[in-house]
Amino acid sequence: MNNMENLYRQVIMDHYKNPRHKGLVNDEHYHTSHIKNPTCGDDITIQSRVEDGIVKDIRHEGTGCSICCSSASVMSEVLVGKTVEEAEKILETYLNMLTNKEYDEEVELEDAIAYQGVSKFPARIKCASIAWKAFEDTLKESE
Amino acid sequence: MDANRIKQDFQVYEDKTLCYLDSAASSLKPDRVINVLDEYYKKYGVNVHRGVYNLSYIATEKYESSRQTIADFINADFDEVIFTRGASNALNVVALSYGMAHVNEGDEIIVNELEHHSQLLPWQQVAKAKKAKLVYIPLTIEGRITTENFQKVLTNKTKVVAINHTSNVMGYITPLEEIIPLAHEVGAVVSVDAAQGVPHQKIDVKSLDADFLAFSGHKMLGPTGIGVLYGKEALLKEMSPVEYGGDMIDSVEKYESVAKDAPYKFETGTPPIGEAIALGEAVRYIEELGYENIREHEQALKEYTIKEMQKIEGVTIYNPTVETGIIAFNIDGVHPHDAVTYFDGDNICMRAGHHCAQLVTRWLNVVATLRISYYVYNTFEDADQFLTSLKGAVAFFKSVGF
Ligand SMILES: Cc1ncc(COP(=O)(O)O)c(C=O)c1O
Repeated sequence: MNNMENLYRQVIMDHYKNPRHKGLVNDEHYHTSHIKNPTCGDDITIQSRVEDGIVKDIRHEGTGCSICCSSASVMSEVLVGKTVEEAEKILETYLNMLTNKEYDEEVELEDAIAYQGVSKFPARIKCASIAWKAFEDTLKESE
Repeated sequence: MDANRIKQDFQVYEDKTLCYLDSAASSLKPDRVINVLDEYYKKYGVNVHRGVYNLSYIATEKYESSRQTIADFINADFDEVIFTRGASNALNVVALSYGMAHVNEGDEIIVNELEHHSQLLPWQQVAKAKKAKLVYIPLTIEGRITTENFQKVLTNKTKVVAINHTSNVMGYITPLEEIIPLAHEVGAVVSVDAAQGVPHQKIDVKSLDADFLAFSGHKMLGPTGIGVLYGKEALLKEMSPVEYGGDMIDSVEKYESVAKDAPYKFETGTPPIGEAIALGEAVRYIEELGYENIREHEQALKEYTIKEMQKIEGVTIYNPTVETGIIAFNIDGVHPHDAVTYFDGDNICMRAGHHCAQLVTRWLNVVATLRISYYVYNTFEDADQFLTSLKGAVAFFKSVGF
């Protein structure tokens, strides 16, 4: 039998249907990163604005499956307002959680914890990570 | 055809729950093909054309006899069969060798949106390099290539027609027996991508009169890493090699060298020897099954599946009139990648994505599609397993709010 319920959690579906922080802005204070997964057609653009060491805003736009699109929205909600250091810690913890590596359970992942089930679906790990990886790229640019 | 019996020829079916519906990407491999591959590596795994000792003689004999098997299989002459790494490699050889030498500024190359990237992109490169024009055959509402639409783009400037035998996304068969003579009337050369044709249908290159024809071993019950390029002898004769090096050369001087004749001038370096020999075994297996039986079996599965799918609300089939065992569809409102995970949970293997044919995906105006494809080992039980899972998937995605 299928254990799909572990994947399609309510939080994920909610963000898929009603994405927050969606839509890009034309503002030079934002750093932009575009990631494509050519095998499945996922295509995500992430923008972030960092000021005084704090993630002030994240925007996203793109097409992809529910896991991919919702994760961009969840990530935006979780990370906006965090210091860059906190955001990097959460990012690392999240990616470790997805890939079945050891991760620091003390780190508060907030709604991103909903993606814990993805680790049981190896073919979908990429879907849940590309928005986060794109965000990581924007951080590198702002350094 | 008794597919349940055929399943016993494939060790992978020791997993009784496996429902493999992705043969258009790669077929499963029967034990007897694997055994031939195994035998090469275990008993005479040495190089061809080089050693003067007995083992090398045996390897060379078997390698060349496989070439003969394949030549007979498609009704080509021995020297017209080039072993390649696969269809992609073969199609690249045509574009890089024939295309780069014969296409000039202002010439036209006819392609279409159904082509696999391996057929389209090499010609895109030729067109760019030579300032030639790529011309697209308009597809019908169903997404088909018709002779009528082909004639709309055929002109005296047409130098090359790069076209599929069977589309890997839509499963349609191209009316090549009409298109090829028309192309020849204006002096154009036709390069046929038969990667989805040869596994399912008898192809006679002489009666088809194709100038080039390419296919892959791994889609026709053979190994990966081996494919075939057929080319008419007269064309191959005046074509230049694409790769230079060992095995393809006759005599080497300090500043000049002379290549061997076809097919060897296109087989640079040590070829995939065991794979080529095992491909011959795959051909024998297909011939024993019989193309008539294969077609009939795939047709029956396809008709049944489409009829049943049409009863399920919330499923869109993109090619309901298809004549082969390929069905392209989506669950409405559900991204194919979400859907395919559900099927995977039921141990059903199918493809989700753009299938290396982004143009037709765009033509369909979707981000990606799901595809199932039937082959000799698929049973009506497989079809039912798929249909049950499809119904489950539609209900599940609805229940979580898609
Ligand atoms: C129509 C068509 N052409 C070409 C290819 C390329 O074949 P290969 O990947 O074996 O080179 C494929 C397989 O994906 C195909 O379906």
